[in-house]
Amino acid sequence: MPAFSFNDTLLLATVLFSVGLAGVLVRRDLVFMLMSLDIMLNAAALVFVGAGARWHDATGQVMFVLILALAAVETAVGLAIIVCLHARGRPTLDADTGNLLRG
Amino acid sequence: MHALALLAACVTVVGAIMVITRRVAVHAVLYLVVTLLALATVLVMLGASFAAMLEVIIYAGAIMVLFVFVIMMLNLGQPDSAREKEWLHPRAWLGPGVLATIACAELLYCLNPLSGPAPAPAPITAHDVGLGLFGRYVLMVELVSYLLLAGLISAFHIGRNRVGGR
Amino acid sequence: MGEILLPLIILCPLVASLVVSVSAGRMGACAIGTVACAGVGLSAVISVILSVMLLSGPATDALRVVLWPWMRIEGFSADIAFTLDRVSMVMILVVTIVGLLIHVYAAGYMRDDPGIARFFGCMTLFVAAMVVLVLASDLLCMFIGWEGVGLCSYLLIGFWYDDPANTAAARKAFYMTRMGDVALLCGLLLLATATGSLRMGTVLAAVTDGQLPPFSVNAAAALILVGALAKSAQIPFQTWLPDAMAGPTPTSALIHAATMVTAGVYLIARLHDLFAMAAPVMAFMAVLGALTLLMGACKALVQSDLKRILAWSTISQLGYMFLALGCGVWQAALFHLMTHAFFKALLFLTAGAVIMRAGHEQDIFRLGGLRHAMPGLTMAFVAGASALAGLPLVTAGFYSKEMILSGVWHVHFGLTREWGLSGHPLWGIALLGAFLTALYIFRCVFIVFCGKAGTRAVGRTSRLMSIPLGCLCVLSLSGGVIEMPDTLPRLHLFSALLDPGVPLSHADEPIWLVLAGAIVPLAGLGVAWVLWGRRVSVMREIPGQAAIIRPARDGRGMDVVYDRVFVQPLCLLVWLTRLDIADHAITGTGRLTRAASAGMFRARAGVVDMLAIRATGMARWADHLPGQFQNGRVRWYAAWIATGLCAGLAMVVLS
Repeated sequence: MPAFSFNDTLLLATVLFSVGLAGVLVRRDLVFMLMSLDIMLNAAALVFVGAGARWHDATGQVMFVLILALAAVETAVGLAIIVCLHARGRPTLDADTGNLLRG
Repeated sequence: MHALALLAACVTVVGAIMVITRRVAVHAVLYLVVTLLALATVLVMLGASFAAMLEVIIYAGAIMVLFVFVIMMLNLGQPDSAREKEWLHPRAWLGPGVLATIACAELLYCLNPLSGPAPAPAPITAHDVGLGLFGRYVLMVELVSYLLLAGLISAFHIGRNRVGGR
Repeated sequence: MGEILLPLIILCPLVASLVVSVSAGRMGACAIGTVACAGVGLSAVISVILSVMLLSGPATDALRVVLWPWMRIEGFSADIAFTLDRVSMVMILVVTIVGLLIHVYAAGYMRDDPGIARFFGCMTLFVAAMVVLVLASDLLCMFIGWEGVGLCSYLLIGFWYDDPANTAAARKAFYMTRMGDVALLCGLLLLATATGSLRMGTVLAAVTDGQLPPFSVNAAAALILVGALAKSAQIPFQTWLPDAMAGPTPTSALIHAATMVTAGVYLIARLHDLFAMAAPVMAFMAVLGALTLLMGACKALVQSDLKRILAWSTISQLGYMFLALGCGVWQAALFHLMTHAFFKALLFLTAGAVIMRAGHEQDIFRLGGLRHAMPGLTMAFVAGASALAGLPLVTAGFYSKEMILSGVWHVHFGLTREWGLSGHPLWGIALLGAFLTALYIFRCVFIVFCGKAGTRAVGRTSRLMSIPLGCLCVLSLSGGVIEMPDTLPRLHLFSALLDPGVPLSHADEPIWLVLAGAIVPLAGLGVAWVLWGRRVSVMREIPGQAAIIRPARDGRGMDVVYDRVFVQPLCLLVWLTRLDIADHAITGTGRLTRAASAGMFRARAGVVDMLAIRATGMARWADHLPGQFQNGRVRWYAAWIATGLCAGLAMVVLS
């Protein structure tokens, strides 16, 4: 008997997802937004793994690996953008100031 | 539910909450590491030890190191923390908090009918995952490799130090 | 051996076309010309080799190659298949050899044009499509080539697309031929449903065996005839060809004189067994051909643009071919097709060289006296002109025209059991057309090359351009001796080549038939000399039919006779053709539609305006609101996504 039932997993994932969502919405700093996004991605991945365990299928973990790759790419590109913005001499990393579509 | 499982879940949620409320970026990163480690524990308890390994190695290891490096490069200091405090005014939490709570409540409500029979006994090993990855989903793996390549190239392109402006 | 070589005839120009088009901008003009000429030249060499192989075998021999099955449906099948028999051999030799000469000429002519890669890409593609059209043994496969040549024609007429007039001409040509293509496709489908296959052998065998009801045979023949008429610019469709002269001159020579416009003639010659079963269609075709040849000659007589004269002359000569086809002497039509390809290509290429050296002046009345400045081009043009006029014995045009005339004289259309239609009136029209042909082409010669000097000629014709002209000169002067009337030495190489079993019977031909055919062009030449050639020319400034009348009204000597005999009927004809009924009908329909739409617009305007103002106001107000969302702030976007998620979930929950 595993420690987590499927329902518990989903509960945990939902709470994590909501916390991440709140973080994305409330924080203005790009670094924090990225971290919150990572939390949301982790919540999604957790659902896949839980479903895989529930129906005893390896596909859940395959999806976990794919989500991991997606998160890595997203983080790398996002951080590159942050570094680029910083190198341009932008005073803050406020996401709300980058609304003018000027590269 | 085991006490350990309860503990891990609590640590995960609390860590996540701490991540989104810290003012100093390095603190947030450390809390995020804690969250991810606790999540890895949860994954182990779900019988997905392979996924847990990846979580620790790639997420808590590699990706978090990336965050730390970037924060070091950005050289965020006291003024930033002060500004964060100003930005994290309680009123700023109102809208997002409400939205997130509603979403959470609705999701939980939806989940209710999903509670099903007990999970299958045996854990899923790396062997099964490998067979799945390079058997049925080999095309997916190729696509992901393209995605990684695209991410690599775009990160390189964006992060390149351009001499003489744009 | 032959099975390998036959597809190569198509492949060589196709590969050259691909190479030239893909390399656009990376190869020099010289290299592009070389590649294109090499592609067409290779296919010319291969077709000569194959012809020798074919002629060395027995007479009924044909080379058949099935490349791959195209489609297999219940009750119908089509292949990509090619046949080289004697008819297609003649056509393929004409296409590749004349095509090669024109390509060589064009390599010199287009040397300085920036779009030379595009030009040669289209030209070689055209040759490939034309070869497909000629060789295909399946009618559906032939349709590919048929459409391909139409496409290339469109691309090349609009080659200088900067000028809207050129693109308009290209569109016009495309639309006009498209109408015919639809009819042709309908005819083909009719045959396909009736016989279950479009292989020419199967179709013709089914038709001659009488498996098809007469009505479907007649309908299919009529529909195919409409397609051929549109492609060959015959009477209801004649308006596109003169406008098609907007393209570069080598295009006019290759596509709009020598090969593509004769595709209709070739198609009908291939299907002559089918048309032989459809007597009314044949009679109709002969009458249309006769009318077209007369009208084309009349219009050529009053044009002042050099290339347009040649275009109308092409229409007139195609009329001769259709007359011959309608009279059932398809061998004569193919023979005239061949000689026409030679001399009309020669005329066009020479005209192109003349125009180029005279500083792009196409008006024959501004040219003049070029005899001294360019003696070589003058000789070439005179050679082409005499071949076109059919001056007796020394030119190719004489023999082919003679063959048509004698075929028309002997024909008798048995439309119903009681009464038929003799070919004698048609013969008279054809003879009159021959007279007019000599008249208009020597009018052109005398005005352009004799008389007072007009524009100054500059430069000299490059060797690359003069060599093809020389070859075509030889061909158009001596290319006709392979077939002679019976009164002259009995020589029937061409008809024996095409149809060895049944030689045409000219046995009871009276000698004055040949004499009439020989004298009439000479008479035309003489009249042209009297009117335009003498130093004190009778008619000089005549840019239209009005000017023909003016000197005649003055009543000088034989001009009165000329007026009575020629000008007034001519004016009537010209007036009739100027009306251009088809054009008027189309324009009238357009005007009517426009008037109707204007009326509807006015009626609508009151109501619609009010509605529109209201709607605009509301739309402006409504458009302001979403504009607020597009503030570029990532967090707001995320918040809206989250709201959407909440709303969607709420719908799921509450439902």
